[in-house]
Amino acid sequence: MPTVAPLDLDGHCVSAVFLDDVPHFAMADGTIHRLDHGHKWQEVHDGLLAATLDQPKTRLITGGEDGKVFSSAGDTSYLLAEAGRKWITSVASGPQGAIAYATGKTAFVRFGDGKVKEFQHPRSVEGLAFSPKGMRFGVARYNGATLHFPATDGKPVELEWAGAHTGITFSPDGNFLVTTMQENALHGWKLSDGKHMRMSGYPAKVKSLSWSAKGKWLASSGAQAAIVWPFSGKDGPMGKAPLELGTRGNAMVTAVACHPSQDVAAIGYDDGMVMAVRFADLKEVLLRRPGKGAITSMMWDREERRLVFGSETGDCGVVDIAG
Amino acid sequence: MTESQTQIPVTVLTGYLGSGKTTLLNRILSENHGKRYAVIVNEFGEIGIDNELIVESDEEIYEMNNGCVCCTVRGDLIRVVEGLMRRPGRFDAIVVETTGLADPVPVAQTFFMDEDVRAKTKLDAVVALVDAKHLPLRLKDSREAEDQIAFADVVVLNKTDLVTAEELAAVEATIRAINPTAKIHRTTRAGVGLDQVLDRGAFDLSRALENDPHFLDGDHDHAHGDHDHVHDENCGHDHHDHGHASPIHDVTVQSVSLRGGEMDPKKFFPWIEKITQMEGPNILRLKGIIAIKDDPDRYVIQGVHMIMEGDHQRPWKDGEKHESRLVFIGRDLSTERLQRSFEACQA
Repeated sequence: MPTVAPLDLDGHCVSAVFLDDVPHFAMADGTIHRLDHGHKWQEVHDGLLAATLDQPKTRLITGGEDGKVFSSAGDTSYLLAEAGRKWITSVASGPQGAIAYATGKTAFVRFGDGKVKEFQHPRSVEGLAFSPKGMRFGVARYNGATLHFPATDGKPVELEWAGAHTGITFSPDGNFLVTTMQENALHGWKLSDGKHMRMSGYPAKVKSLSWSAKGKWLASSGAQAAIVWPFSGKDGPMGKAPLELGTRGNAMVTAVACHPSQDVAAIGYDDGMVMAVRFADLKEVLLRRPGKGAITSMMWDREERRLVFGSETGDCGVVDIAG
Repeated sequence: MTESQTQIPVTVLTGYLGSGKTTLLNRILSENHGKRYAVIVNEFGEIGIDNELIVESDEEIYEMNNGCVCCTVRGDLIRVVEGLMRRPGRFDAIVVETTGLADPVPVAQTFFMDEDVRAKTKLDAVVALVDAKHLPLRLKDSREAEDQIAFADVVVLNKTDLVTAEELAAVEATIRAINPTAKIHRTTRAGVGLDQVLDRGAFDLSRALENDPHFLDGDHDHAHGDHDHVHDENCGHDHHDHGHASPIHDVTVQSVSLRGGEMDPKKFFPWIEKITQMEGPNILRLKGIIAIKDDPDRYVIQGVHMIMEGDHQRPWKDGEKHESRLVFIGRDLSTERLQRSFEACQA
């Protein structure tokens, strides 16, 4: 039986992650809490808006209302960048210690050596992600996405699709780019030929995406089930129906986190419930009963034994799958 | 749901450069009114107050990808409101300041069309600051000035000390011609009571009706000057030609006030749906109290372009006339056709 070690915090959890097997919880008030032989925390931002893991998965990169970007783990935290008074609305981590962050219409890349490069856009930068291959990052924007090659002075690649694109992710093999949209849909591009993929039919906005092991599937929130699109074929999900996992009649899926090696997804709902569901036979295991508020973030540990979760009401915790 | 109980009210401030918007904003931020405001501005610029709850945001108008040109939202507001609402204990209300040339419609629609924003906040009122001296000029050179007035629930007619009594009367008549339902406050140095611009509940039709039971009475009652739209001083606004012409030309917005008896719900609802779908792009605001046949309650509706909301408000009082009233503010509206088709919905 799975057991839950709860951690009740105040406020909205932006990101719940494992850093070197230690559960960390980045909260909207700017504090980062951890369960490391007891409950400990540090104050990092005055208002934390965005968080992502660095590529070795040992530090948390965060952006805040204070216009600052920090790298944090345990009780250490150092300032990576500052961008004036404006909010840092998204962050992403890339190869060789590079990070990207955005404020308003500007995206910045800070390379591992501390050099910063600026990328202006005609419209706001809504989302950022690095490609898994090479020094390349994507920007979600109004009417499409822009791909930059920050290590060179090459021209960016523009991918157009009408509508407001708010979030962005590359498939683990780097072949596909998928954006979340202001409307209740995802949009995808096959990068080799620019072919479009429309993934629609959601009753709500999609706010959480997670690629399964080896990028065979893309799980998404925004419906009463986790909607899981097949990406193993060369054209991605085109012409194929998605899986619907963990369907509940009275709750919406708000967060998804695919298992690191198996075709299993952890699914978080707006009432705080968390389930694990296997793709092959849709078998469900309850990991956490409903809590105070919607699940916002989840991550599996390296041993594939524990799941950390955060919620918008601060009732966070760690599930031990084996109990 | 508990969500509706914790919805944070949002006030939208519009107005041209020099209309006194910054003065009013500084008063909201500095006066001792016991409430804390988060303020979303386009530029920190002239606000002389350092406050962590002032957020700068780039105006970002997003057309929704549904083929409807008037379905626009402000993408930047969605993001900022989402961020602010993750730490809700810090403030009691939100004020959105728009740039002088801003179109108020996407701002307002954001609070109806975005499900997340809508779950956590509610539009309280749109307040337009108007420079009494320069309004005639503004109306000549921009459609936005007119839209801001047409869309407002409250108009602060500022800098009245810079014009003559005749000019002021003409400007006020023009505002009235563009928008017969807004409350008008004459001020100097944006000296309006903050309780007259904040926490108005103007988009809560039931509350708007409580605050001003006559606000839908349209031109008829205005002519008698017997109702209390609030002015700083006694105004003589009973001579203007309501709803049709303004003493200052260049006005393209019109209002259409309709009256009728009890409505047949099987006819009225399909009709209003069709009107808002077909005329949506031309309709800036729509407000109404409808008497539905065999319904003991008054039914209130309001709309912004194609977005329309309606609800039962309260039982009709004894002796109260079961009458339906509907006001459209917009462009290129056919009064005759609207009145005729409205009357055809009567029971």
